[in-house]
Amino acid sequence: MIEVRNISKRFGKVVVLDDVSLTIENGETFVIIGQSGAGKTTILRHIAGFFDPDSGDVLIDGVKMNGAGSGKKRLLREKMGFLFQSGALINWLNVKENVALPLVEHKLGTKTEIDKIVDEKLSLLQLDDAADKMPSDISGGMKKRVGLARAIVRNPEIILYDEPTSGLDPVMSAKIDELILRMQRELGVTSVVVTHDMESAYRIADRIAMLYRGSIIECGTPDQIRGSVNPFVRQFVEGKLTGPIEV
Amino acid sequence: MKEIIRNYQSDIYGMFSSVGEKMLYQIKFSGFTLILIFNTFIQLRYAFSKRREIVKQMYVSGVKSMLVCSIVALFGGMILSLHSGVELKKWGQQDVVPILMINVMNKEMGAFLTAIILTAFSGAAMAAEIGTMKVSEEIDALEMMSINPVKYIVMPRIVSMMIMLPTLSIYTVVLGVFGGAVVSYFQLGLTFEDYYHRVYESIWVKDMYVGLLKSLVFAIIISSISCANGLMAQNGALGVGRATRISVVSSYLMVLIIGYFITSLFYGGFM
Ligand SMILES: Nc1ncnc2c1ncn2[C@@H]1O[C@H](COP(=O)(O)OP(=O)(O)OP(=O)(O)O)[C@@H](O)[C@H]1O
Ligand SMILES: [Mg+2]
Repeated sequence: MIEVRNISKRFGKVVVLDDVSLTIENGETFVIIGQSGAGKTTILRHIAGFFDPDSGDVLIDGVKMNGAGSGKKRLLREKMGFLFQSGALINWLNVKENVALPLVEHKLGTKTEIDKIVDEKLSLLQLDDAADKMPSDISGGMKKRVGLARAIVRNPEIILYDEPTSGLDPVMSAKIDELILRMQRELGVTSVVVTHDMESAYRIADRIAMLYRGSIIECGTPDQIRGSVNPFVRQFVEGKLTGPIEV
Repeated sequence: MKEIIRNYQSDIYGMFSSVGEKMLYQIKFSGFTLILIFNTFIQLRYAFSKRREIVKQMYVSGVKSMLVCSIVALFGGMILSLHSGVELKKWGQQDVVPILMINVMNKEMGAFLTAIILTAFSGAAMAAEIGTMKVSEEIDALEMMSINPVKYIVMPRIVSMMIMLPTLSIYTVVLGVFGGAVVSYFQLGLTFEDYYHRVYESIWVKDMYVGLLKSLVFAIIISSISCANGLMAQNGALGVGRATRISVVSSYLMVLIIGYFITSLFYGGFM
């Protein structure tokens, strides 16, 4: 279970998160929507322990992430995979080496064992042909899929996705959505997904929260969000130009 | 009038606060660099397991800068001996040139010239590469996988610099002294035999190890400053450019300042 308790965060003078609270149950797929710059990535980074909140706490299965020492953080992060917005592949390693990196660096298995796991993840994301390519030679969408393969290579219990479907074509987006659902169904993975893609949000979410200017303004099931009367939420999910959201 | 004064006050206020901000950043940055060096020494026990990466970095920083190093060393030596030789010849003292050359190159110029070249070559490359990794979340990805960026990225670069800079500085000394020999032969009427005979006579072991110590310290300064700047890069491509620029300038300044203090430590300056 991921508990975000009343966290606030400011960078310089800008308040990016203002008293945000979320509780994400085990096995749940929780989607965070919101405009660009609303603070979605910042929430994920708090959960992953990259930022410490100015006030409030982040708990992973009851263990405090903020202020944890490096040993404790390491144990907590072992349970997690993080798909970064840009893929964040190590630029001098090829696709296969990138996916294998966490296993190789922590010596989790022999070479043949690691190869087997990596091949499995690559074919799960339809990346077999790209195995030997360098990150600079593949498209943005492919980078994202490689990033996802790397995030799931250690079979984490929690996966944090930063815009998994942006930059992908609709078919590949549907494929990623299916993968997220499958991991939830078959492995009981807890997912936190940040996205602006409403179609994908409705497809995968157990619950959706909308972030507006650093605050959660609505949180509920996809049906509740669809039927929301909050004018901010309505404008965002319907993608209207006119409304209370200042563009 | 009041308006003008108020603006003026706020300008002054803004000036001081921005100076203060810069100083705070400098202090933070210096602390970060020192911690980085400390952490690198802790990670040194993994140096053997990272040998492939170290060798790769040695190639990148050393072999690729070889040509520029050669030219700078050769012409540096030639300029030095030409200037001193022309003056000394007026007094019939051109025999002193070889002594001067080996002393200056060994004590000072070998390490200094190499440090300057490697700052431009590999220091800048390190800052740019690590800065790019920082702004494209690659460093974060490593941390997420519990891979220590100091062990994985910084340590191999600092170690490779600590090997390459002293090595190249010996090369620079040899080539610089050779440059002096060429000038002495063609312009000052000294034979190669005489020149090298005098060079061998006046090689001091102390000068050699002070020179090597200097190049080792310069290696640590340049690589740690460059890596630290890269790791602290922010704000996309702009931040990477800034990190690169600052790393080159601060490396130069630190090489000069620390270089002076090492010299004064061994040869007794006024402080
Ligand atoms: N490390 C940082 N230092 C300073 N400001 C930051 C930092 N990280 C984020 N911000 C600021 O916080 C705000 C929210 O950023 P965040 O990345 O969380 O937005 P986002 O909702 O993920 O947007 P997008 O959809 O564009 O990715 C932005 O205004 C950004 O400039
Ligand atoms: Mg974001």
